[in-house]
Amino acid sequence: MPARSSRKQRIDVLNYQFDWNLVLSGQYGQWIIDGVKITLEISAVSIVFTMLLGTIVAVMRMSKFKPFEWFSFAFVEFFRNTPLLIQIFFWYFGSYSILPDAVNEWLYDHDFEFAAGVISLTVYTAAFVAEEIRAGINSIPKNQLEASRATGLSFLQAYRYVILPQAFRIIIPPLISQSLNLIKNSSLVMTIGVMDLTYMARQIESYTFHGFEAFTVATLIYLCISLVVSFMINMYNKHFLLQIKY
Amino acid sequence: MQWDVVWNNFDYFLWGAFPDGPIGGLAASIILALLGIFGAFWIGLAAGLMRLSRNKVVKSVSVVYIEVIRGVPLLMLIFWFYFLAPVVLGRSLPEFHCALIAFIVFTGAYIGEIVKAGVIALPRGQMEAARGTGLSHVQAMRYVILPQALRNMIPSFVNQFVSLTKDTSLAYIIGVNELTRTATQVNNRTLSAPTEIFITIAILYFVVCYVLTWASRRMEAHMAKYQARDR
Repeated sequence: MPARSSRKQRIDVLNYQFDWNLVLSGQYGQWIIDGVKITLEISAVSIVFTMLLGTIVAVMRMSKFKPFEWFSFAFVEFFRNTPLLIQIFFWYFGSYSILPDAVNEWLYDHDFEFAAGVISLTVYTAAFVAEEIRAGINSIPKNQLEASRATGLSFLQAYRYVILPQAFRIIIPPLISQSLNLIKNSSLVMTIGVMDLTYMARQIESYTFHGFEAFTVATLIYLCISLVVSFMINMYNKHFLLQIKY
Repeated sequence: MQWDVVWNNFDYFLWGAFPDGPIGGLAASIILALLGIFGAFWIGLAAGLMRLSRNKVVKSVSVVYIEVIRGVPLLMLIFWFYFLAPVVLGRSLPEFHCALIAFIVFTGAYIGEIVKAGVIALPRGQMEAARGTGLSHVQAMRYVILPQALRNMIPSFVNQFVSLTKDTSLAYIIGVNELTRTATQVNNRTLSAPTEIFITIAILYFVVCYVLTWASRRMEAHMAKYQARDR
């Protein structure tokens, strides 16, 4: 999406008229609201899939079955070390030749941009989430498992009642912050035409030249989301994390 | 599969039109990332040390900087510098500079957090002993704390550099001719092999980033042996 060339025009600093009403009400205000809705929608859907996929990949990594381990290792390393933007382009432009025709047709009939956005955000973030989950479970000392096995719990029971409840306390804060990263990263889906908050801010900029107001509003909305989430993590840490002592 | 499209444009992916034109492709991405991390290091160092200051004003400036930047998507920041540089400066900056400034400001906030964490992670005894020998606070920071802390932070800096290398792909959106942009150019010109092109580009990024990630893990393991610890 190349930038407009009209940007080259000299913009007079002193004559720039701020018009906050323009972006806060009427048609453009509605665009911002629609953008926020799409951002939250694509983030929510992706977060759900990310947690599922991330857990699956993490479990595969910890299983004793070698092919699963290798697959999971390759998945995590590959998707963590390539840019999200390239992954978005790959799923959007390049996936048709590797997916079956039936899937392609279904995708084109539905909201393909949205689906490509969800797939790329999910796969990208799942690689990070899988590592967080693995690190969380590994951080529980081995003797916890040994001790619970010795008390007569089965392997699954030991995980269910001893390891996982402790691991979750450690895992949840990083998972929340990965979700926050996902929300911020979702701004990239504007490049394939998903009309999220960033897309709308840019759209308003090109329609009205009031980029300053549009970007301020969008930035503040992102900032609010981030601050609320950080606040949640801090509260969580205060209430739960301190109780764990080895 | 039409891998010949990729093959014919491979040198363009690597360094753009370089001998005959401006440098581009992967080379430009790496240059952007190197300049970015270099600038971000100094800003991050300042932000990190300010964050640890006892002076409330100095501290809150740094906290606001770090929290705001970390709360905003990088893309938004790039737009800020791209669309608002003309308003503030009265003239437009080249895209490359806009992207670079955005990367420096963005990464600086993350490096600030790394610096803060790195200094805090050193045992308190280091500072106390340094002050005890008669060094001032600034001298103790300069000659005792930072040399140790910065060395311990090198793996984190490398990880941040990897992140930044991936993030340089966003410069594509405002028109910087780096790897992602060369890919979309070739894709738009040929229109026949998007899958092959984007797989190749992903692999190019992967090779650079994975080699660095691997190196940083080795370094981390190596350094763990020499770290000052609490006893």
